[in-house]
Amino acid sequence: MAVKVIIPTPLRAYADKRESIEVQAATVAEALAALTTQFGDLKKHLFAEDGKLRSFVNVYVNDEDIRYLQRDQTSVKAGDTISIVPSIAGGAPKRGRVFPWPRKR
Amino acid sequence: MSAVRLAVPDEVMRRIRAHGVDTYPHECCGALLGRDGDGRREVIELVPLANHRDDSPRNRFEVMADDVRLAEKMAHEKRLELVGWYHSHPDSPARPSEYDRDHAWPWYSYVIVSVQKGVACDVTSWRLQEDRARYEREEIETVAHPVGI
Ligand SMILES: [Zn+2]
Repeated sequence: MAVKVIIPTPLRAYADKRESIEVQAATVAEALAALTTQFGDLKKHLFAEDGKLRSFVNVYVNDEDIRYLQRDQTSVKAGDTISIVPSIAGGAPKRGRVFPWPRKR
Repeated sequence: MSAVRLAVPDEVMRRIRAHGVDTYPHECCGALLGRDGDGRREVIELVPLANHRDDSPRNRFEVMADDVRLAEKMAHEKRLELVGWYHSHPDSPARPSEYDRDHAWPWYSYVIVSVQKGVACDVTSWRLQEDRARYEREEIETVAHPVGI
């Protein structure tokens, strides 16, 4: 089924500068897999090394957060729109633990 | 990518510092709306946001996706773009933590204000490199008022 994935502005550079991509998928997991197969450079910004979605990356099907649906097993049907939205998480270094920055290689 | 720079109006700079002072010793955070194009990025407005993370507000913040969507919507309505984010580092230097790096995307400008003993000090801006390995510092150019692109 053709579903539309909206590409957030910061990641468009890795998706041919497109605002949205149509993929064939029956679940969110399939849609994201299709997307990152087509645009491999997107992968590291969406998924952590363990293959799970990064904790600050949220996925919506139409207007529903998939955390309140069936997560990445949420089914999608033709005409659905998937949005990828970051949470903005950040933090000061813990007191007394200032990291060297930029990191030396 | 060539050297990056960010134009920030005085008034926006003042409000970033003031927000950091207001929430001290906790972190503050917010969205930066502006314009991006032709190698120049300019902040026009800021949108202060609530810290949703209450387990450790002193050194962690979290802006939920719903607030991000709201900020995107506001930007869209004003015909601007969500070009970045700001947050404070209470009693810590104005440079990104490892945690910051793990929770960021390239492209966005991440502005950090260091608030030392309740006083706003350095303000810096950073962009995550494409390989996610490190941040590149972006020069902040303070401008008297938004000039447009
Ligand atoms: Zn931080």
